[in-house]
Amino acid sequence: MCPQHITTKERFAIPRQEMPAQSPDVRNKNFKEVNLGYTPELAQKEALRCIQCKDPACIKGCPVNIKIDQFIKLIADGNFLGAAKKIKEDNVLPAICGRVCPQEDQCEKLCILTKKHTSVAIGNLERFAADYERETGNVELPTVKASTGKKIAVIGSGPAGLSCANDLIQLGHSVTVFEALHELGGVLVYGIPEFRLPKEIVKQEIEGLKKLGVKFIPNAVAGRSVTVDELLKEEGFDAVFIGVGAGLPWFLGIPGENLIGVYSANEFLTRVNLMKSYQFPNNDTPVFNCKGKNVAVFGGGNTAMDAVRTAKRLGAEHAYIVYRRSETEMPARLEEVHHAKEEGIEFLMLMNPLEFVGNEQQWLTGAKCLKMELGEPDDSGRRRPIPIKDSEFILPIDMAVISIGNGSNPLIKQTTPDIEVSKRDTIVVDLNTMATSKEDVYAGGDIVTGGATVILAMGAGRTAAKAIHDKLMGIETQE
Amino acid sequence: MHITGQNGKYPISQEIEKQMHKIVSAIFLAENIKKIEIEAPRIAKKRKAGQFVMIRVDETGERVPLTIADADPEKGTITIIVQGMGKSTKELNTKEAGDTISDIVGPLGAPSHIEKFGTAVSIGGGVGSAIAYPTAVALKEAGNYVITINGARSKDLVILEREMKAVSDEAYITTDDGSYGFHGFVTQKLQELIDSGKRIDFVLAIGPIPMMKAIAEVTRPYNIKTMVSLNPIMVDGTGMCGGCRVTVNNEIKFACVDGPEFDAHQVDFKNLTDRNKVYLSEEKQSAEAFAHKCNLQ
Ligand SMILES: Cc1cc2nc3c(=O)[nH]c(=O)nc-3n(C[C@H](O)[C@H](O)[C@H](O)COP(=O)(O)OP(=O)(O)OC[C@H]3O[C@@H](n4cnc5c(N)ncnc54)[C@H](O)[C@@H]3O)c2cc1C
Ligand SMILES: Cc1cc2nc3c(=O)[nH]c(=O)nc-3n(C[C@H](O)[C@H](O)[C@H](O)COP(=O)(O)OP(=O)(O)OC[C@H]3O[C@@H](n4cnc5c(N)ncnc54)[C@H](O)[C@@H]3O)c2cc1C
Ligand code: SF4
Ligand code: SF4
Ligand code: FES
Repeated sequence: MCPQHITTKERFAIPRQEMPAQSPDVRNKNFKEVNLGYTPELAQKEALRCIQCKDPACIKGCPVNIKIDQFIKLIADGNFLGAAKKIKEDNVLPAICGRVCPQEDQCEKLCILTKKHTSVAIGNLERFAADYERETGNVELPTVKASTGKKIAVIGSGPAGLSCANDLIQLGHSVTVFEALHELGGVLVYGIPEFRLPKEIVKQEIEGLKKLGVKFIPNAVAGRSVTVDELLKEEGFDAVFIGVGAGLPWFLGIPGENLIGVYSANEFLTRVNLMKSYQFPNNDTPVFNCKGKNVAVFGGGNTAMDAVRTAKRLGAEHAYIVYRRSETEMPARLEEVHHAKEEGIEFLMLMNPLEFVGNEQQWLTGAKCLKMELGEPDDSGRRRPIPIKDSEFILPIDMAVISIGNGSNPLIKQTTPDIEVSKRDTIVVDLNTMATSKEDVYAGGDIVTGGATVILAMGAGRTAAKAIHDKLMGIETQE
Repeated sequence: MHITGQNGKYPISQEIEKQMHKIVSAIFLAENIKKIEIEAPRIAKKRKAGQFVMIRVDETGERVPLTIADADPEKGTITIIVQGMGKSTKELNTKEAGDTISDIVGPLGAPSHIEKFGTAVSIGGGVGSAIAYPTAVALKEAGNYVITINGARSKDLVILEREMKAVSDEAYITTDDGSYGFHGFVTQKLQELIDSGKRIDFVLAIGPIPMMKAIAEVTRPYNIKTMVSLNPIMVDGTGMCGGCRVTVNNEIKFACVDGPEFDAHQVDFKNLTDRNKVYLSEEKQSAEAFAHKCNLQ
């Protein structure tokens, strides 16, 4: 099919191209990436499905407004590098977003084809273009503007911090990123598992930023190693961007939560992803031995899916998702739920944990749960689960992972009290500029919104970068 | 700086340039207990008594929490005192001056609460003496009458005797076998001091969990404010994972941000003891593999 001469009818006849993937009973035993990516042929075929709308609805669904129609056209034309470049005008981490964006709720949800057929696989195509560029070694470094002499400190190297650093360095500012952990990338490296987002990709994106001149200081905890005030007053930074994420795990607050074998999702995933305990004893950090054990993950988000699929890969006999509402209310991405089911994850819906029980040695042996049924919709529009009387039972498990969300780490708040925070301890900002209540201090990503998405964090980083630039350069013209 | 990368290729897996930390000196204080001075200028400048660092020896290493025993801001170094317990601490103790370690992060944890209490007793058991030392110094600087009790199993395991003496108004050594100083446990020495009618306003106790628990029971009837430094298993040390959670006054606390020091009379020591056993079999496996590797070398 020649892209120039394809008829509309022919276009509509092309089915959505499936993402090639490792087969479920192979991949649930390894940590390699599940999705294998489109081949150029598959990508071109999928790209031809896009009818090139005059007023593309898809773009409105993308938080950073990628020129979706244009990049897809370039793929259809076989200009894959051109497509990658086009995407990068709006999204600095396309290989990552193409993999982890909840596309079905964003760009793809609004794609015009959704009405009649299935949407164009925008995320898969975005991933393809970015992978093609990287794997063929054709990544072009953008041009960096002449130095402005301004210094900006970015705290946190998650997607918010990285995108902020990227924009600022290109505008000619000097940028230093302070990261608490020994690895860079935030949730992208410690939370999202290798089988969904290979760490090599994150590493290479960060390598790119380094080449542009961004300075990274790992093992630097803002609030402890250095405070925001010290950065501004003693270390000569002109502005500070805070992108420290939502990194304080919530627990259920039920009895038995301190038994041996009860983990937060953050701890479990950090041990496995960041500390690579799936390679124990070659890596020194151990993790609960899941082999042949029953593991239950409490929660229904992306984090819960990642945790339960990780437990399965570590050899769990039964790996359960225990969620208090029904499957339709689960916030996790559809693709993840689907993948999890294929891999043999068991979904226990409408079930609420009441208590963890253990043996003499204080090892977890089970979770006392209560069955629920759905009642009337609540404020969030989701149907509220209500307990079924006398339905208590004990689910026999050896390990529990609590995955019910994260609050804000208190370090910045404690050490920089003049930054206004909300009741939930998130940082309060002006959403147009991401400016906080403290002069020259900006914030964005999960620390502002609470746990959200990679693309929203990136968008926030970019908004802040623009505002910081305007402010710093504005001052200069007045002088 | 101007970069106009023309087709700038990304090399695969180029490591992020990292600042390695050089070991300035490393000497054994007793069998298995090593004092290591490491370059870490930012931490040396900021640290306060009671705070710790997390150290990762190399790329495959685990993150190990260790108290900052001392620091020299001018020289830009910190000192840690490490007892070889399992693989990570034993490996760290093989390091010599001139070697480097991969990562140090800190200072972590809340600094010790220091004020002029009056008479303050600082008790260290084993390597706990090293952890108690900086706080003893701070208590002295705050104007307290400082009594130190430094306990060990036997004479050759006593560490920091000279340093402790230098900051103490009264300094005692106890050994379990009576080979040096007072024959008995630190708890007995403390009880003796209390019985002698001495007014004690504050006790800091750091050492093995059973020791800290026992001290808490000694001071409880007298209502003496008593702090202990807890040593749960940690991962990040920044409050992100919750693995270090301890039960204090029936509430969950994260030892790495809310502690590591807590009111001894409110700590659930049993829960801490139990939780620290989670990786016993893995720790054994690591230690054996490491011993094997050392024998081969
Ligand atoms: C397991 C898991 C799976 C997820 N899956 C998806 C998904 O599929 N799709 C999606 O869109 N989103 C997903 N999310 C959410 C997404 O990852 C986050 O919304 C996003 O990473 C937020 O970016 P951020 O830059 O605000 O913060 P983070 O990514 O959290 O990065 C913050 C960084 O700041 C560092 N830091 C914290 N405190 C300090 C300090 N005091 N000093 C210095 N550094 C500090 C942290 O170590 C961290 O590296 C997932 C989240 C988790 C936990
Ligand atoms: C805040 C704090 C300060 C500390 N300060 C010192 C110090 O100054 N000097 C010193 O010698 N030791 C100190 N420790 C204890 C030291 O961290 C552990 O001995 C060390 O982690 C053991 O690791 P390993 O691999 O050598 O031994 P392993 O074989 O892994 O374990 C031996 C013992 O150490 C405990 N342990 C294992 N991993 C950890 C971990 N990541 N964090 C905490 N405990 C663990 C286990 O419960 C086990 O009983 C401190 C611990 C904490 C929490
Ligand atoms: S960044 Fe996310 S929302 Fe935007 S086009 Fe890509 S996949 Fe869609
Ligand atoms: S809405 Fe769908 S069909 Fe229209 S331009 Fe966007 S991707 Fe193409
Ligand atoms: S060590 Fe992770 S929260 Fe304390």
